[in-house]
Amino acid sequence: MTDAFVLRALAAGIGIALIAGPLGCFVVWRRMAYFGDTMAHAGLLGIALSLLLEVNMVAAVFAVALAVAAALVGLERRAGLSADSLLGILAHSTLSIGLVLVAMMPWVRTDLMGYLFGDILSVTMTDIAIIWIGGVIIVGALASIWRPLLAGTVNRDLAYAEGLNPDRARLVFMLLLALMIAIAMKIVGILLITALLIIPAAAARRFATSPEMMAALAAIAGCLSVSGGLAASLELDTPAAPSMVVAALIIFLAGFAARGRLLEQGGA
Amino acid sequence: MDDYTKLKSEPVAAARGPNGAAPGEGRAVLAELAGAGVFRAGRWLVRNVDLSIRRGEIVTVIGPNGSGKSTTVKLLLGLMKASEGRVSRVDGLTIGYVPQRLGIDPTLPLTVERLMRLTGRRSSGDIRAALEETGVPHLMKTPVRSLSGGEFQRVLLARALIAKPDLLVLDEPVQGVDFTGEIMLYELIGRIRDRLDCGILLISHDLHIVMAKTDTVICLNGHVCCQGTPETVAGSAEYKSLFGPKAAETLAVYRHEHDHVHGESGAVHEHHHGHHHHGHHHHAGDDPVDGNHRHD
Repeated sequence: MTDAFVLRALAAGIGIALIAGPLGCFVVWRRMAYFGDTMAHAGLLGIALSLLLEVNMVAAVFAVALAVAAALVGLERRAGLSADSLLGILAHSTLSIGLVLVAMMPWVRTDLMGYLFGDILSVTMTDIAIIWIGGVIIVGALASIWRPLLAGTVNRDLAYAEGLNPDRARLVFMLLLALMIAIAMKIVGILLITALLIIPAAAARRFATSPEMMAALAAIAGCLSVSGGLAASLELDTPAAPSMVVAALIIFLAGFAARGRLLEQGGA
Repeated sequence: MDDYTKLKSEPVAAARGPNGAAPGEGRAVLAELAGAGVFRAGRWLVRNVDLSIRRGEIVTVIGPNGSGKSTTVKLLLGLMKASEGRVSRVDGLTIGYVPQRLGIDPTLPLTVERLMRLTGRRSSGDIRAALEETGVPHLMKTPVRSLSGGEFQRVLLARALIAKPDLLVLDEPVQGVDFTGEIMLYELIGRIRDRLDCGILLISHDLHIVMAKTDTVICLNGHVCCQGTPETVAGSAEYKSLFGPKAAETLAVYRHEHDHVHGESGAVHEHHHGHHHHGHHHHAGDDPVDGNHRHD
C-alpha cells in the first residue's frame, strides 16, 4: 500500500481534487458542465498538436481549450445554434480531429486514447510539482475573483450595476478552467478531470449552507473519491481513474441517502 | 457618438421647465438620458428617451411589455450602450439595484444573510438593520429559495439599500406580491427615499397602482409617450390610448385618495409632443397646474 507510485498517485489525485472542488462548484452553479466537458475533450486536440509541432503539451492544451471557449462565445452570437448543440459539435469534432491528426503521424507512437483515461499510477515528481504549483495559482486566482464571479453568477446586471466586473471575472474563470485542464490532462486524463469537476460539487450541495462551504465540501469529497478509489483499485485490481469516479458516485449517492434521512428526522 | 459623460456637480440641463417646481427640483441630477436610443438587430428598441433623476426624486417608468423599459434601465446603468444620444451619471454614483429576476441555480446554496453580502462586505449589524427596515429581519438565516414572492422582494430591497446608495433602481419590485402587499411595498419605497434621500427609478408594467409617492411618471412605448406627475399622465390622451381609459381611472383615483391623506403633491407639468420620433421632451412651461387644487 505504501509503494512510492501509490503515494505519488495520491498526491497528484488529491491536488486535482482540491482544485476541481471549488472550480466545479461554479461549473455547476453556472450550468457549464457540458462546457467543461467540451474544453477537456478539446484538450486531446491540444495534445495531438503538441506532438505534431513539438511544443510543450501543457501550453498546447491550454491554447486549444481557450480557442474552443472563444469559438463557442463567437459562434453562439452568430450561428443561431443553441449553446448545447455548439458544444456537442465542438467537443466531438476537436476530439476526432486530434485522433485523426495523430493517425496521420506514423512517427508518433503515442496512444492518444490513453489520455481519455490517463495513467495516474505513473505520475512523476515533476507532474506532482506542476499540479500543486498550478493548483496554488488557480485556487488563489479563483479566491481573488470570488465576489464578482459569484455576484455575476446570481445576476450579471446586478453585479455590474453595483460596481463589480462580472464579465472579467467570467473570463478569468474560463482561463482557470482551461489551465486546470491543461495541467491535469496528461496526468489524470479527461474522464477524471470532468468527473472531479461535477460529481463532488453535486455531492457537496446536499450538505452546504453557503457557497464557500460547498466549495470546501466539494474539495473534501473529491479527496475522498481519489483516495477511496485508489485504495479500491489496488485491492480489486481495477483501473485507477475509473475507480475514483465510481468512488465519487458512491459518495454522491450516500450523501443523497443520508441527507434524505436527516430531513425525515426533521433536521436541517 | 459620445454615449457616456460624467456629470459635473452642476445639473447639466433642467429636466423640467421653470414653472414646474417638482420634488427634487434644483437638486443634483444623479443620472440622465438625453435623446438616447438603442438600435439592435435591425430595429430601435427605444428611441429619443429623455429622463433624469435627481436626488430625492422618485421616477416611475411605466409601459406595456416590450415597450423598452428594461432597455431604458440598462442604458442608464451602463449595461447597454446607446446607439444615439447621451447617457450620463454623476461621478462616483453608488447604485442599489433590484433586478427583475435573479438567476439563482437550485445548486447554489444561498441564505438571505449571504445574499446581503453578494456585492460587498457588510457587517451583521448592517444586514440586520437593512432587513428590519424592509420588515423581514426574521428571514436572515432562511435559504433564498424558500422565500415567498413578497418576502423575496423585501429581501432584494434590503439588499439594494444596505450600501446606502445614491440611486435605487427597482425593476418590477412588486412582482409576485398581492394587492395589499403591493401598496405596502410602495409605501416602504417612499419611506426609504425619505430616509436615505436617494433618487429612485422604478420600473413597472403594473399600471393600476403607480405609487402615490411618485414624483414623475414616464410612460414609455418605444419612446416617451407622456411624462409628468401621476395625475398628468393619467389624464393624458397618450396614456389613455396606450392603456385604455379604465387603467387611467384607477391610477387617478388612487392618487386622488392619497392626496387627501397627505395633502402633498408636486405641480403638474404636461408634455405635448405627440408620437413623433424627433420630438424633444423638454418643453418649458407647458400648462403648469397646481396639483393640490385639482379634484377631478
